[in-house]
Amino acid sequence: MIGIEHYVAVSSILFVLGVLGIFLNRKNIIIILMAIELILLAVNINLVAFSAFLHDLVGQVFAMFVLTVAAGEAAVGLAILVIYFRSRGSIAVDDVNRMKG
Amino acid sequence: MIETLAFYLFATLVVASGTFTIFAKNPVHSVLWLILAFFNAAGLMVLAGAEFIAMLLVIVYVGAVAVLFLFVVMMLDIDFATLRAGFMRNMPLGLAIAVVLLAELGMGLGAWHAGGLQLGVADPATAPQAGLSNIQSIGALLYGRYLFLFEGSGIILLVAMIGAIVLTHRQRTGVKTQSIWKQVSRRPADATVNTRPAVGEGVQI
Repeated sequence: MIGIEHYVAVSSILFVLGVLGIFLNRKNIIIILMAIELILLAVNINLVAFSAFLHDLVGQVFAMFVLTVAAGEAAVGLAILVIYFRSRGSIAVDDVNRMKG
Repeated sequence: MIETLAFYLFATLVVASGTFTIFAKNPVHSVLWLILAFFNAAGLMVLAGAEFIAMLLVIVYVGAVAVLFLFVVMMLDIDFATLRAGFMRNMPLGLAIAVVLLAELGMGLGAWHAGGLQLGVADPATAPQAGLSNIQSIGALLYGRYLFLFEGSGIILLVAMIGAIVLTHRQRTGVKTQSIWKQVSRRPADATVNTRPAVGEGVQI
């Protein structure tokens, strides 16, 4: 069996890659959504690895709920993206100020 | 031996495809690298003994979410060159934050190695049951102890689906559509009439 620290190292690197992706592609919201998916994937790897390591299935059940929320988030985020593109003709998100928030 | 080899193969590939996901010039390539990352993460989960989550990852992420991304990327007509304009400008800040974050995570791992941290204690009630496969144990847990959470996640999916439909649905004006109610409620007496025209006088229209 592979040690837990190897799994934690892989998921840490993946998490940091996701954060880096958000910072690098600040204008392109599609890549930002993909980076968020990478972050959630890293969290899932971590949960599953600890679940297998500690012999406790709650981690895998929780990973399933994370998967559910990720799917819902992707669907709603892409829907918002589509209506934003329909009204503005672009998806540059660094100058979004329509709601004056 | 083969397990270690497979682990390092999957780990290398998942990190490499994650890197290409955020650095690819073309978003379509990004989505394809993301799909590769999901597949390799599923391989890692199989190695950890979680077959059900691995299959779920392939079905839900690759089959639904990644295809949704692909649809949206290909459907929208976007000039991606202008969107990459700030890529190099944001690079120093992004790399600095990434290095700091990685160092913090590495410090946590080091603290655990040095013996300063205790891992959590597993609850024996949720341990994998002897003689049952992974999916059977998860099913027993999901439909018993976590039933309400399971139904709650179903409601989350329902709300997300309705939200996406409501957001993207648009009422188009000026299009000709069938009026089913008018068609069905039409009676024969309103529509047809019996006449007996005389020879040579023509018909009335």
